[in-house]
Amino acid sequence: MHVRRGGGIKSSEITPYGAYLDRRRFMAGLAGMAVGISVGAQLDADPAAAAEVPAGAPLKATPNPAFKLDDKPTPFKDVTSYNNFYEFGLDKDDPAKHAHLLKTRPWTVQVEGHVKKARTYDIEDLLKLAPMEERVYSLRCVEAWSMVIPWIGYPLSALIKAVEPTGQAKYVEFQTLVNPEMFPGQRKGFFGSSLDWPYTEGLRMDEAMHPLALLTFGLYGQVLPNQNGAPLRIVVPWKYGFKSGKSLVKIRFVTEEPRTTWNKSAPQEYGFYSNVNPEVSHPRWSQATERRIGEFRRRETKMFNGYADQVAALYTGMDLKKFY
Amino acid sequence: MSSRARIALKVAVWVACLAPLGHLGLRALQDDLTANPIDYITDRLGKTALQILLLSLAVTPLRIAAGLSWPIVLRRLLGLFAFAYVVLHFLVWALVDHFLNWPQMLEDIVKRPYVTVGMAALVMLIPLAATSTARMIKRLGGRRWRLLHRLAYAAGILAVVHFLWLAKQGVTEPYYYAAALGLLMAVRGWDWMRSARRRATAVGARGAP
Repeated sequence: MHVRRGGGIKSSEITPYGAYLDRRRFMAGLAGMAVGISVGAQLDADPAAAAEVPAGAPLKATPNPAFKLDDKPTPFKDVTSYNNFYEFGLDKDDPAKHAHLLKTRPWTVQVEGHVKKARTYDIEDLLKLAPMEERVYSLRCVEAWSMVIPWIGYPLSALIKAVEPTGQAKYVEFQTLVNPEMFPGQRKGFFGSSLDWPYTEGLRMDEAMHPLALLTFGLYGQVLPNQNGAPLRIVVPWKYGFKSGKSLVKIRFVTEEPRTTWNKSAPQEYGFYSNVNPEVSHPRWSQATERRIGEFRRRETKMFNGYADQVAALYTGMDLKKFY
Repeated sequence: MSSRARIALKVAVWVACLAPLGHLGLRALQDDLTANPIDYITDRLGKTALQILLLSLAVTPLRIAAGLSWPIVLRRLLGLFAFAYVVLHFLVWALVDHFLNWPQMLEDIVKRPYVTVGMAALVMLIPLAATSTARMIKRLGGRRWRLLHRLAYAAGILAVVHFLWLAKQGVTEPYYYAAALGLLMAVRGWDWMRSARRRATAVGARGAP
């Protein structure tokens, strides 16, 4: 399999160094304030609150030169203020607005199903499971906009290998936390809830083992902001963004293709595969072009979001119009 | 109504109808149009157009249901403002979003039902805006003019359908617009049946020995 190689990526290529430092100082200041407030408010009631990871805490990672892009990364502010995360609400500013409600410590991830070493991981153990890499991926939303994001994480395959799947494990299923107190979007409104919870996503085993599939803990040099799926999510860059489950609490190894949330909600619009494909329209809009956040003109959408060289072989012989 | 009250009302409508545009301008100056300004502006303009269109359609139901006759002096102004916002909504889509890429736009109009009905609503509003002057009313004659302007209801229905069809799963906002439009149409329907019955009784009474 061919993986693009290139020169090392430096933080200075992602953000001007001064702006980066300023932001870090700013974020550190904010984090300090946040800790002050939360500790002040909660220390008496709940000693565990002190263990909460402050927003913007740095996360060390080694840039992986094999995964870089020529495109300019999307500004941190846009990455963290404009996204879909239905658990927080339907509008794209809801995740940032309600992010403070999510508590990411204590946090455990249950890994179960057809594996030899099923176990419940504490988030601190998962953070240490494999060396952290920084990888710049492009993210294409099914709504025809896109971003370029420097993620931090390690290949999902590292976790999969650690739990030793059996021959019966054909698919991997990812479940997001259900907690209406932390996720206002999960509360029932007048018309019921927007989606079926838990938010469930899935990959075929070979997709999950692909080196591009990233178990992700951070972005832009810091721990994942809550609105981007803290404390851990997956990132599958050749698929539409909704395939990349956020704030995961359960990873299951199963034999049957998992019934995924958007597929259950609107099967004719969102298939299990949901590979980025300019030739297969969403029933209500074209996927041929996209708006890169921060750019004025639309761009052409690339097959597999530009990762065709690496992933096309996974789908040899499959009719991608049928398996959309 | 005194002419002073009429002028005050109209000024209020001008201010209220220009406010959404002013708000967009203000947010633009503060660089606060979200990470996706083109989408945001298109949405805002479309929603404002629909709101004003529904207000213009509420004029007659208000007279029927609440006996209010003064809103009639605002109907044309509201209708024209709704049309102006629809045109702006269209222009942002055509010029800024699609950069006048005609093949792409035509494909959207033909293949995407929500675009088709939205475009149909826009087209329907054109003759209404064009015949909004007193002179055109006179030229067409009141009866024909009223008949033509029933198209406003059709445009309202298509605009709500446009919103319903483009909204993603779980978004409930378009249902409220649909409910409001349904209520307005119900009032008119009820009034129409009531007067039809009255006509029937009147005819019956005349025919009685």
